[in-house]
Amino acid sequence: MTTNNFEPQIVAFCCKYCAYAAADLAGSMRLSYPPNVKVIQLPCTGRVDIIHLLKAVEDGADGVYVAGCLEGECHFLKGNLRARKKVHYVKKTLEELGLEPGRVEMFNLSSAMGPRFAEIASEMTQRIKELGPSPVRTHNV
Amino acid sequence: MIVGDRKSLSEILDMIKDCRNILITGCKGCVTVCNVGGLKEVEILASSLKIARKKEGRPIAIAENLLERQCDPEYIAELKDVVNTYDAVISMACGVGPQFLTEAYPDQKFYPAINTKFFGGATAHGIWEERCAGCGTCVIHYFAGLCPVARCSKSLLNGPCGGSARGVCEISKDVPCIWDMIVRKKTEQGRLNDLLCYTPAKDWRTSKDGGPRKSIREELIQ
Amino acid sequence: MNDIKSGSNLENVLRSGHFAFTGECGPPKGANVHHLKEKIAFLKGNVDAVNITDNQTAVVRMSSWAASALSVQEGVEPNFQMVCRDRNRLAMMSDILGVYALGIRNMLCLSGDHQKFGNHPEAKNVYDIDSMQLIHLAKTMRDEGKFLNGEAIDVPPKLFIGAASNPFADPFEFRVYRLAKKINAGADFVQTQCIYNMAKFRQFMKMAVDMGLTEKCYILAGVTPLKSIGMAQYMAKQVPGMDVPDEMIQRLKGAGKGKATEEGIKITLEQIEEFKEMKGVAGVHLMAIEWEHRVAEIAERAKMLPRPVVGSHAPAGNQ
Repeated sequence: MTTNNFEPQIVAFCCKYCAYAAADLAGSMRLSYPPNVKVIQLPCTGRVDIIHLLKAVEDGADGVYVAGCLEGECHFLKGNLRARKKVHYVKKTLEELGLEPGRVEMFNLSSAMGPRFAEIASEMTQRIKELGPSPVRTHNV
Repeated sequence: MIVGDRKSLSEILDMIKDCRNILITGCKGCVTVCNVGGLKEVEILASSLKIARKKEGRPIAIAENLLERQCDPEYIAELKDVVNTYDAVISMACGVGPQFLTEAYPDQKFYPAINTKFFGGATAHGIWEERCAGCGTCVIHYFAGLCPVARCSKSLLNGPCGGSARGVCEISKDVPCIWDMIVRKKTEQGRLNDLLCYTPAKDWRTSKDGGPRKSIREELIQ
Repeated sequence: MNDIKSGSNLENVLRSGHFAFTGECGPPKGANVHHLKEKIAFLKGNVDAVNITDNQTAVVRMSSWAASALSVQEGVEPNFQMVCRDRNRLAMMSDILGVYALGIRNMLCLSGDHQKFGNHPEAKNVYDIDSMQLIHLAKTMRDEGKFLNGEAIDVPPKLFIGAASNPFADPFEFRVYRLAKKINAGADFVQTQCIYNMAKFRQFMKMAVDMGLTEKCYILAGVTPLKSIGMAQYMAKQVPGMDVPDEMIQRLKGAGKGKATEEGIKITLEQIEEFKEMKGVAGVHLMAIEWEHRVAEIAERAKMLPRPVVGSHAPAGNQ
C-alpha cells in the first residue's frame, strides 16, 4: 500500500446528544465528509473506555477519535471531560509504544454543528493521511 | 490496601521480548481496588502489548486471566493446568503475586507488571496516599491517630523538625507535614500535653529491620 | 547547669557567664586537609568553638568527626555535628565514643536535611532515632555511662550536648515546647536557626524565658550575614523554615549599588548588639557560610574580641 492512494480507516465514537445528531444534520444538509470515518454511537462519551480506543488501534484502525458535547454541556454533566482524560491516557500509551499520539483525538461540538462534524471528519482524515497507515495494520496484513 | 503503579510498557515489553505466547494474570484484591491490576487493567495491558508487537511485525498471543487473590495458594492452584502452556506469565498483582506463583510453579517464568509502593488508601478518585509503613508496632494512638513513622519524611517520633513550614514538609510542597497535623489536632482536642513528653527510640525489630517477618496463629493451623 | 559536663572551652565560657561566640565550618568536598586547615585558621581565636557540619544539606563531604579531629589538632575547639539521616544507633554510639577519644568535647544533635536536597537523592535514609532521641542518647552515655541497651560503657564520653531550634518553623506555638523537650532530653546548649525576623525571635525568647528554659540551658542566637539581595531572596523563598522579612530585603535594596554586602553585615552587627542585651540569650552562633575569612572582621566589629580565656575544668572521671 502506498501513501498516495492510502484511504485511512477511522473510528469515531460519537455521543448521541451532540456529535451523532450533528452527523445527522450534516447528512440532511447534504454536506459531504470523507467516507473513511466509521461512526459508533454512544449514549455519552463518558461510556467510552480506554480499552475501546486501544482495541480499535489493535485491530487496525489508522485513527480513532471521540466526539462529545461542548465542555460544560454534557447531558450527564462530566462524561465528555472523563472521555478527554481517557483519550489523553491512550495518547500517552501510543507515545510509549512509538506510535503517533495524534492518531487518537478528542473533539467537542454541539448537535447544531453539522458543518463542524463534517469539518472534524475531514480534518482527522487529512491528519491520518499525513501520518500514513498505522504500523499495527501494515504489519498485520 | 496495597497500592502500586504499573511499570512502563517498554520495561514490560523488554521482559517478554523473546515470548510469543503469554498469560497476563490480574488479582481481585488490592490491585483491583487501586485500579492497577484488575480485569480492566489486564485488558489494557494485553491490548497495549499486542499493539506494540503487531507494530514490530512479531505478533504475540496473550491470554487474560483474573485470580481471586494471588496471595493465597488455593487460588494460585487454579492455574495449574494452563500455566506451563505459556512462554511466560505476567502478574499484575502486588509483589506477593509473582512470588507465590514462582513458588507454586517452579518451571515457569513470572514477571511483575506492577511496582508495589505502599499501604494506603484513596483520598479522592484516582489519588492514593500512604498511611502505614508496616512497622509491626502501631503507635498512632499516641499521635492523634496519625502515623509519623509512615507519614513524616524522617519518621520523627518527636517532631516536627525545623523544616516544617505552612503545614508542608521540607521535601515538597505536595507533602503535608504530618507533625503539623498532629500538633494542630492535639491542640484542637486540648491534649497538647500528650506531645510534651519524650517518645523514646523505637524498637524496629517488629519492622523489616528485624528480618523477614511471619505471622503465626496456632488456632488456625490445620 | 550546675555540674561540669565536659570541660569544653564552650562550656567553660558559658558557665563563667561570658557571652559566647561560635562559628561554623563546612568540611571540604574531598580530602583536602590543606583547605580545611585554612578555613579553620580564619576562625582561630575569633570564636569559642566551631561547628563542623555533618554532610550539610545532604551533600557528601569529609566526615564531620574527621574534620572535627583535624580542628582539635589545629587548636580550634570543634562543635561536632551529628545528623540522624546517615547513621543508625550503633554507628551513632560508636562515633560518639570515637570523637571523644579524639579529644572532641562538644556535639550538636540534629535531624539532618532530607537527602532529597543533596547530591545523592537516590540514597536510603536511616532515621533510626530522631534528634530528640539522639540528645537523650548522648546524655545517657555521658551521665549514666550506659549504652542505649543499658550496658555499661568503659570510660563514658563526656560531651557538652547541643541541640538546634528553629523558632521560625511551623507550627510556631509548638516551637518553644519542642525546645523544652530537647532541654529535658539533655541539651546543655541550643543554637538557633538563622534569625532575620527579630520580632518573632523576641516573642520566642520571651516564651522561653517565661517557661524557665533559659535557666536550664544556654541559648545561642543564630545569625548569617546576608551577602547579597539574591541570597536574601533565596533564603526567603527557597529555604523551608527560614523567615526573612520583606523589610530586610528592602533595606538591602535601599543600600544602593554594590553596598548590599556591607548593609548585610551591618544588619548582623545590629542583631548581635540586641542579642547581647536580650534576656536569656547566652551567645551568638555565626554561620558565615563560605565566608570564614570575614569572621575575624565581623567578630571585631561586633566587639566580640578578644575571646575570653577561661581556665579548664575537666569533669570528674575525664581522661
